[in-house]
Amino acid sequence: MRCERERSAGPSQASAHRSPQGEGSPVTGINWHTVLIILGLAVVTVLARGFFLFSNRTWSLPRWAQRGLQYAPIAALAAVVVPEVVTVQGQLVGTWQDARLYAAVVGAGAYFWRRDVLFTIVAGMAVYLPLHLGLGW
Amino acid sequence: MFFLRTHYRHPEFRAGVRDFLRPAPGIAAWGLMTGVAMVKSGIGLYESLLMAVLVFAGSSQLAAIPLILAGAPLWVIWATGFCVNLRFVVFSLHLHHYLSHLPAWRRVMSGYFTADLSYVFFVRRHPDPADEPQGRLAQQAYLAGSNLMNWGAWIGSSLVGVALANFIPQAWGLGFAGILCLVGILCSLATTRLRILSATVAGIVGVAAIALPLKLNIIAAIGAAVLLCLTVEKMRPPSVDEVRA
Repeated sequence: MRCERERSAGPSQASAHRSPQGEGSPVTGINWHTVLIILGLAVVTVLARGFFLFSNRTWSLPRWAQRGLQYAPIAALAAVVVPEVVTVQGQLVGTWQDARLYAAVVGAGAYFWRRDVLFTIVAGMAVYLPLHLGLGW
Repeated sequence: MFFLRTHYRHPEFRAGVRDFLRPAPGIAAWGLMTGVAMVKSGIGLYESLLMAVLVFAGSSQLAAIPLILAGAPLWVIWATGFCVNLRFVVFSLHLHHYLSHLPAWRRVMSGYFTADLSYVFFVRRHPDPADEPQGRLAQQAYLAGSNLMNWGAWIGSSLVGVALANFIPQAWGLGFAGILCLVGILCSLATTRLRILSATVAGIVGVAAIALPLKLNIIAAIGAAVLLCLTVEKMRPPSVDEVRA
């Protein structure tokens, strides 16, 4: 059965990251590099949510920025999600026996049916878990 | 802000809390799932706790996890998080009209606590910024109430999820729920044809350029998608509904 880690483990720096804890095993240490990333992400949240609130002036967006904002968020999500679904260790999946492919398609279909993100997750996992645990895909 | 006495004593604060009772279970379910997904993706217990409490932005948390695990450079992870968070930049532009009389730290603090749904509820209840002190106080009290509910539901359920995750075997692959959550958000953003084009191009470039070092395929994908969409838009003026969307 493929382990969750295999596909995301990059060759070099990934080894610097602690492997996931096994079931119930005690937490052994803190990865300070990850902590730095998280602190940075918290700053990113403050920057994004407070972006125009730092200044006393009331701004208006230039047109190109307004238009760019239409397309960048969905592009960022697709850039992260699609490779996570269709690649294994930096290669396009070579088999149809991969639970992620079906779960993602069903999840997307479920979203357009009910327009509910939570339902997407439930439907996707309902496909993913039997294939992954039952058939080892 | 919910820790200010003048806010939490105000009747509008209770209105904000009350209005948020309906979406709170959904937020909590999502937070629970994010908590489990964070730990089960393998970023560690303390790291997951810290992320839930400080980052307080589900989609950028979930998008960051595969990049962290792949050892992507800091700036790529942060830039991706910022792109996923760009909608908040637009919210902050709008919120300024309501908060401009406040000192900067209070404006930014209010902005930090205002997530998607509390923003939506706030502008629905108060479509126009007040121009006298009492109205402003009422508006901030309402925002504080719904923000407290939103924050409480999210943080509380994330922490429960992180705690529960320790009892779930790694082999179940529950980390994939995080990806499915991003799939759902992605679909919810696919409201215009050009946005669908943006997602398609970004997905293709993200995979085609996967051999690039440092997870630069993500940056290349975003850049290519946005540039292409802006170019297509320029050649073909967007229809009325796409401008509004």
